[in-house]
Amino acid sequence: MSTGVDGGTAATGTPRAAAVTKLDRVVIRFAGDSGDGMQLTGDRFTSEAAAFGNDLSTMPNFPAEIRAPQGTIPGVSSFQVHFADYDILTPGDRPDVLVAMNPAALKANIADLPAGGTLIVNTDEFVKRNLTKVGYAVNPLEDDSLAAYQVHQVAMATITQGALADTGLGKKDAERCKNMFALGLLSWMYHRPTEGTERFLREKFAKKPDIAEANVLAFRAGFYYGETTEAFAVTYEVAPAKLAPGTYRQITGNTALAYGIVAAAQQSKLPVLLGTYPITPASDILHELSKYKQFGITTFQAEDEIAGICAALGASYGGALGVTSTSGPGVALKSETIGLGVMTELPLLVIDVQRGGPSTGLPTKTEQADLLQAMFGRNGESPVPIVAPQSPADCFAAAIEATHIALKYRTPVLLLSDGAVANGSEPWLIPDAADLPDLTVEFATEPNSPDGSTFWPYLRDPETLARAWAVPGTPGLQHRIGGLEKADGTGNISYEPDNHDRMVRLRQAKIDNIPVPDLAVDDPTGKARVLVLGWGSSYGPIGAACRRVRKLGHSVAQAHLRNLNPFPANLGDVLRSYDKVVVPEMNLGQLALLLRGKYLVDVVSYTKVAGLPFKAEELQNVLTDIVKGVDAG
Amino acid sequence: MTTIDLGLPGLAGVPTTDEPQKAKDYKSDQEVRWCPGCGDYVVLNAVQSFLPSLGLRRENIVFISGIGCSSRFPYYMNTYGMHSIHGRAPAIATGLATARPDLSVWVVTGDGDALSIGGNHLIHTLRRNVNLKILLFNNRIYGLTKGQYSPTSEPGKVTKSTPMGSLDYPFNPVSLALGAEATFVGRALDSDRAGLTEVLRQAAEHRGSALVEIYQNCPIFNDGAFDVLKEAGEAERRLIPLEHGKPIRFGAEGEYGVIRSGFGSLAVAKVSEVGADALVVHDSHTEDPSYAFALSRLSTQDLSHTVTGVFRSVSRPTYDDQARAQVDDAKATRPADLDTLLRGKDTWTVIA
Repeated sequence: MSTGVDGGTAATGTPRAAAVTKLDRVVIRFAGDSGDGMQLTGDRFTSEAAAFGNDLSTMPNFPAEIRAPQGTIPGVSSFQVHFADYDILTPGDRPDVLVAMNPAALKANIADLPAGGTLIVNTDEFVKRNLTKVGYAVNPLEDDSLAAYQVHQVAMATITQGALADTGLGKKDAERCKNMFALGLLSWMYHRPTEGTERFLREKFAKKPDIAEANVLAFRAGFYYGETTEAFAVTYEVAPAKLAPGTYRQITGNTALAYGIVAAAQQSKLPVLLGTYPITPASDILHELSKYKQFGITTFQAEDEIAGICAALGASYGGALGVTSTSGPGVALKSETIGLGVMTELPLLVIDVQRGGPSTGLPTKTEQADLLQAMFGRNGESPVPIVAPQSPADCFAAAIEATHIALKYRTPVLLLSDGAVANGSEPWLIPDAADLPDLTVEFATEPNSPDGSTFWPYLRDPETLARAWAVPGTPGLQHRIGGLEKADGTGNISYEPDNHDRMVRLRQAKIDNIPVPDLAVDDPTGKARVLVLGWGSSYGPIGAACRRVRKLGHSVAQAHLRNLNPFPANLGDVLRSYDKVVVPEMNLGQLALLLRGKYLVDVVSYTKVAGLPFKAEELQNVLTDIVKGVDAG
Repeated sequence: MTTIDLGLPGLAGVPTTDEPQKAKDYKSDQEVRWCPGCGDYVVLNAVQSFLPSLGLRRENIVFISGIGCSSRFPYYMNTYGMHSIHGRAPAIATGLATARPDLSVWVVTGDGDALSIGGNHLIHTLRRNVNLKILLFNNRIYGLTKGQYSPTSEPGKVTKSTPMGSLDYPFNPVSLALGAEATFVGRALDSDRAGLTEVLRQAAEHRGSALVEIYQNCPIFNDGAFDVLKEAGEAERRLIPLEHGKPIRFGAEGEYGVIRSGFGSLAVAKVSEVGADALVVHDSHTEDPSYAFALSRLSTQDLSHTVTGVFRSVSRPTYDDQARAQVDDAKATRPADLDTLLRGKDTWTVIA
């Protein structure tokens, strides 16, 4: 089943007991109708894998419609989980096991299942009406179209209803528990711990104990079904991964990002005001932060995107940490206020969880096409720092870093996450709060003008070029700021030509001079002539692809940009020290454009804009061809 | 300096001073650059003269404005201030007022800023009842962009952008605010210093959003728009001043009054015909906004009848007070340990 495609050792295939096969990694995809609870099922399986100590990576994939017509292809929702006994980088290109709850789920996903893969289908839904709905003239379970797979036909709804017959639950409610039956069956197949799921179900349905018990019963029914029927001859074991020592938990990108903001509030000793408007896939940041008022966090669900960021900026003006969270279309609406933040030089954290565009685009799919919007999407010369996390867990540190820059340099900062990072999950080595950086800032308290008599809001720190931050309520420092150009120093309105030229250059220099860590290059042989440079969520697939290329005996160097504005100081030297630089992006070459423009290096841009993360296999082929070409030349 | 409770709920929590203040203390060192004869000067002077009576520490007062002629206001006030972007001042002020209960936050806006580009923020701020005071300078024209019609311009108005006359039906800002269930709505004329000051005083004392519409003359692009409300002989029969607890009566000799009429609406009548007992006694605390709304509809915006004073002043919990109370409650009842949060419920440990 496993071929070690992520670069790890291949399956040993040595059964410990008669019916147990050991594997190093497995990819399972749960697929069903939007209303079938596939996201919950996948999430629970992930938690079980995490509790067991596997490394893991997940990829939810769901339609933008909340309930598309039942049983149709557009209504299919899936959740892919990759778990392993070593450190993995991606949710996996293709599933080893596909669980299809209905014909639509089968039709939408079967092409991804490699020959020999395991297919578990819920036969109850394979009735004429459902088959016709998705264009199956013949029931695929009854012809030989699935002969290439190991097919397990299970009447999940019927068995679940039977198991719940004595609970007094209606037929329809009982049938809805079939996702927990599937989870139970898979939990048995892969020797997963079950206590966590039973506890979870009892907590989730605490107010409806009969529903809680029904779900637990269905879960157990699935588990016992595997144990007692002879349909499944083999079970599989994936041992815990040998990760770096420490305490881990499973975390999604949006949750990690929210935690990063809570941590930033604590480390800066500032109250936080999140001004925001719900938008996919960023809304979970609002949901999460609204739970943490005890940390001094106020969440304001505004009337629109603009009001959200304006309230955040108003709070920053008052000495709080203003934060706004959105996706690409929301950034477009917030642009003018980001410009006001650049002009008034106030701290502001702007989170863009990128999704497919343009316009409404693909709300639930991932893309990296907002880089140039983040960089240039405002009127005038309006530079802002940009930080991009490379994985779900990395969102925590990225949020702290972005906040640090915003507070220290008094500037809006754009944090570019994306749908894959936001909804994906992985194990997170939990940091110790005591080890987090100090983010405290000092407000101005005294007049600072050269003669010491008044406060000049635009007098700058000579080192950071940041202006003094004097908050309302500070006696003697009354001043006015705004969107009009300021006189250098005094901050009074100025239309003077040379002053404007100087202020434009000062604002640019302030951002350009922010120190960011040098770009680190991973080149195990030290002989690579090709560098792959990525940014953001493509870290996983690029890393996995590099492992594969190296396993084939080639040398390739990998580097990943976290700071996109300013770039690391050594970036130009790194780019120029390779024969070829390949830049894979989920856009049409936005980073490549910036690199060519700034460093005059003709990078090779490899792009794909499919709403899905890169597959490791795809990048492996691209890189192998380029490496071979360079080595041959 | 001391912090004393002045008994003014709108200003509770804002530090006061016992040092006497004068109007000039509120003048900044910036040269005022409105056109000669602009009504904005009068309003600026009225505000600077009125603020000392509140006895607040100047550093705890903030003026936030949007874009437009009136939005230059903060530059001329020796307080904290932000001249922001078009239409967004109420949203910025909402964040500031929520983050800082110790500030007296004022928004200065115009008919274009508040009712066109910023209409959405205005109504949502009013319905939330954020504790801030909104001064809406209504000159019924776009001044800063040099003379296009505004959302309060009269239908048919010929302007640079409407050479054949405006087709837009205008907003009545007071009706709009009442439709959003604003808890405080008042109106004053720039030329009526005493009336304006009284409405400002009541607005400052109100806890919650206060909208004050100020009819303001633009001498360049809409000169004389409100002259009929200022001319002797005309003003008396057009202006209907409100006073809480008093019968609504006006005219040079008090010969007119306001009576109830039809389904919840009000009408103007001659006192000699209906009798003094039939006059409505103004109650600005009436919970149902329909009453104040009816007052705002006594005539169309042709100024044949213009009600001034405080239409509505009712008490409702403010958004910002409640938002802070939730945070305080959470702090008092829930542990805020970062390590506990980060660890969550399910962890596993990898041993070296």
